[in-house]
Amino acid sequence: MITLAINGKEFEVDAPAGMPLLWAIREQCGLTGTKFGCGIAQCGACTVHLDGQAIRSCITPATSAEGKQITTIEGIAPDKDTLHIVQQAWIEEQTPQCGYCQSGQIMSALALLNTNPAPSEEEIDAAMSGNICRCGMYGRIKSAIKRASESLQSSTTPEII
Amino acid sequence: MKKWTRRAFIGAGVLASGAVVIGIAIRPGNRSSKVAGLIADKGETVMNIWLKISPDNTVTAIIPHAEMGQGVHTTLAMMLADEMDADWSKVKFQEAPVDKEYANYILAKGFIAGDASFPKFLEGTIDGVFLTAVKSMNFQITGGSASVRFTGQQGMRIAGAAAKSMLLQAAADSWQVPVDELKAQNSTISHPASNRSATYAELAPAAAQVKAPTRPKLKTQEEFTIMGTSKPRFDIPAKVTGEAQFGMDVQVPGMKYATIKASPVFGSKVKSVDTMISSSQQGVNKILNLGNAVAVIADGYWQAKTTLDGLPIEFESSENNGLSQADIINGYKKDMDTALEEDDLELHFKKGDAAAELEGAETLVEAEYELPFLAHATMEPMNCTAWVHDGKCEIWCGSQNPLGVKAAAAKLLDIDFDQVTVHNQLLGGGFGRRSETDVIEQAVLIAKEVDFPVKLIWSREEDTQHDVYREATLSRMKAGLDKSGNPVAYTHQFIFKHHPPEAADVPYDIPNQLIQYSNPTTYVPWGNWRSVDHSTHGFLTESFIDELAFAAKQDPFIYRKNLSKNNPRFQAVLDLVKEKSGWGTALPANWGRGIAIAQSFGTIVAEVAEVEISVEGKVKVHRVVCAVDAGFAIHPDGFIAQMESGIIYGLAAAMTGEITIENGAVAQSNFNNYPVTRMDEAPKIETHIINSGNPPGGGGEPSTPVIAPAVTNAIFNATGIRIRQLPISKNDLREAIRKTT
Repeated sequence: MITLAINGKEFEVDAPAGMPLLWAIREQCGLTGTKFGCGIAQCGACTVHLDGQAIRSCITPATSAEGKQITTIEGIAPDKDTLHIVQQAWIEEQTPQCGYCQSGQIMSALALLNTNPAPSEEEIDAAMSGNICRCGMYGRIKSAIKRASESLQSSTTPEII
Repeated sequence: MKKWTRRAFIGAGVLASGAVVIGIAIRPGNRSSKVAGLIADKGETVMNIWLKISPDNTVTAIIPHAEMGQGVHTTLAMMLADEMDADWSKVKFQEAPVDKEYANYILAKGFIAGDASFPKFLEGTIDGVFLTAVKSMNFQITGGSASVRFTGQQGMRIAGAAAKSMLLQAAADSWQVPVDELKAQNSTISHPASNRSATYAELAPAAAQVKAPTRPKLKTQEEFTIMGTSKPRFDIPAKVTGEAQFGMDVQVPGMKYATIKASPVFGSKVKSVDTMISSSQQGVNKILNLGNAVAVIADGYWQAKTTLDGLPIEFESSENNGLSQADIINGYKKDMDTALEEDDLELHFKKGDAAAELEGAETLVEAEYELPFLAHATMEPMNCTAWVHDGKCEIWCGSQNPLGVKAAAAKLLDIDFDQVTVHNQLLGGGFGRRSETDVIEQAVLIAKEVDFPVKLIWSREEDTQHDVYREATLSRMKAGLDKSGNPVAYTHQFIFKHHPPEAADVPYDIPNQLIQYSNPTTYVPWGNWRSVDHSTHGFLTESFIDELAFAAKQDPFIYRKNLSKNNPRFQAVLDLVKEKSGWGTALPANWGRGIAIAQSFGTIVAEVAEVEISVEGKVKVHRVVCAVDAGFAIHPDGFIAQMESGIIYGLAAAMTGEITIENGAVAQSNFNNYPVTRMDEAPKIETHIINSGNPPGGGGEPSTPVIAPAVTNAIFNATGIRIRQLPISKNDLREAIRKTT
């Protein structure tokens, strides 16, 4: 058994050697917002944050996440009734279609904005091209990132998880 | 049996459950009483199978379609609410239960009859019989870009309008005033003259006693207050918080996980596998030989997957084991040659004498095209959770065809249809793939062997290699032009005809035509792939017409417009795309602009693509301008999103989409070797809508067939190279660029 700290909460997880973090999060911790898409770090649907860095949980061994802060889509909103600015921007742009990739898109976007609050078009492309959207909502994802970027800069609450 | 009329509302009654039934749209016999138990709680009024009213004045639209991002739950609710003059802030939706009562007769009729009504004299008989047929074919399908144009137009709107009419009558009776002095607005009926008002909820029980209108009056486009606006979609908030539940996310107490490997060569059987579990295989519950596949059940997907990967499995060899992609394509060529020689091609369409006119034509243009197999690659890999217990079966999945799922499970288990319960979930992409029941059947076969629920998850590799594929095809086209460059004759032979039946039609005025096809046998499984046959014919027709324009030394836009003189809608869409794209304006070196247009699923879409070819021969699509006439866009923003989605989906296929067969099996396995369009490759898309007022067309598919030819025509414009083989990545464009630079 190992202990994982996810969204500020501790979970006891039975992770055989080599088991990716993704399956611990989904099957053992019951946090199904993080998605399985490809299993080989090609699509980004499984993106979570490990100590603030965006990683592909489908190829990251669960054991390597021990002692680190794991953040999933379920953990980014400031509280139960308030969405994160990035989530809010996603709704305002009516971004998702099927929505299956969107947890990963949002986690990648958040990691980008954390390090670069005002990314250029090219910087957005570079940061987001590891995340596939088969519904092809790239234009809307980009618009939502720009909107979130503007909101973050005018926001009085500087904290981004 | 009562005579059925399309808009008849018959019957009223109070159910034992306490739900009040007012009337029933669409067919005779009181179906409301049957559905009330499925959709209503005590105190709720079931107005007809598509809507109920709750005591808090909430109107709930019952939507018989799956949500896969097309926004159908919102859009159809809007159609119902607008006709009903419901308060949108109090409108909810509920996905229709997976029950035969929700076999979607309207949809089936729409598919079969198109937008046309049945002849009057047939309505009474055909429709009654037809509903029985629809039920027996378990028709509750989401596909064919059909939800708005059939279910919405002929179901939701009529249900809403009829309910409103009944509520108005109930108020008029209660207040003893003429109906035309009443006003319905925001789920309230008021009588301004006497300053009285009542909510729909208050009136609903009384409305139960009112005789239903046989032909409720529908609003005109000018009267719409909800339709034509972009209401926030119901499904979006949960999709940004991780709460949205897809089939993959279902959690049933006591559930275990399975994964599967089917024979890499389609149709082959398992020759040998050791199903004994060794002590080193921790957390493994069962290894199953399913005949044509091996499955492992374990405590988690990872244990199941690693165990499966480590199993030595031998599959039987068949004559297909040695097949390559070239063998398949050569087989098609041979088949077409033989059919031509023996005059054995099937006829798609014939007009005049194309063969004779070709011979006498001033200019002859010939081209042969080849298209690859395509996988769907939905974002959510195939999965299904099943629990077989006590002579019953429960299924959790995301399906475009939930009644088909129910029927498939019942048949496999040899149990009664009603002993199967299907809980349909959100779909992580459908594109036609989730209208199949193959994965459901596997899950049921696995679950049958154990006494706990099992979630079967396909790896991405399994998903890529055991899809049902858009067919690979080849096509031979010829046209004869007269002195002024106009086509006088056109012949086209192609491989495989599925549907829609009109896909191979040429939308241009060509007096002599001969369009034929052949359906050779193939062991590669076929499936509906977004826009189906339009996905091939959009490319074929619009590439070839571009070739003709070039041979005629005419501008591709003008050429198309001149050949569409009998189709003003087509011309209007062409004009709009020309204007918005800046057609004819200068572009940088190594850039090109291409145009294409197609009508599919009742919607006309034209696209202009702007591309740049790098010195390395790489194609970058910078911008796509899309003009579309779907009659009327009910939810403009959602409609635009559908156009964008269809374009990117078609673009991925056009640029790099290719499934090939090697040694009888699919060679590709994941996104690394079946690449799809990513953000840095995605063009800027601008969509412009024409609300022409024509009968409504579909939204989910019609932008897909147009993008490949728009891009390849743009490549031709930039380089002079005509792409006759997809994907584009197969073609070497470097030489052409070296020549121009």
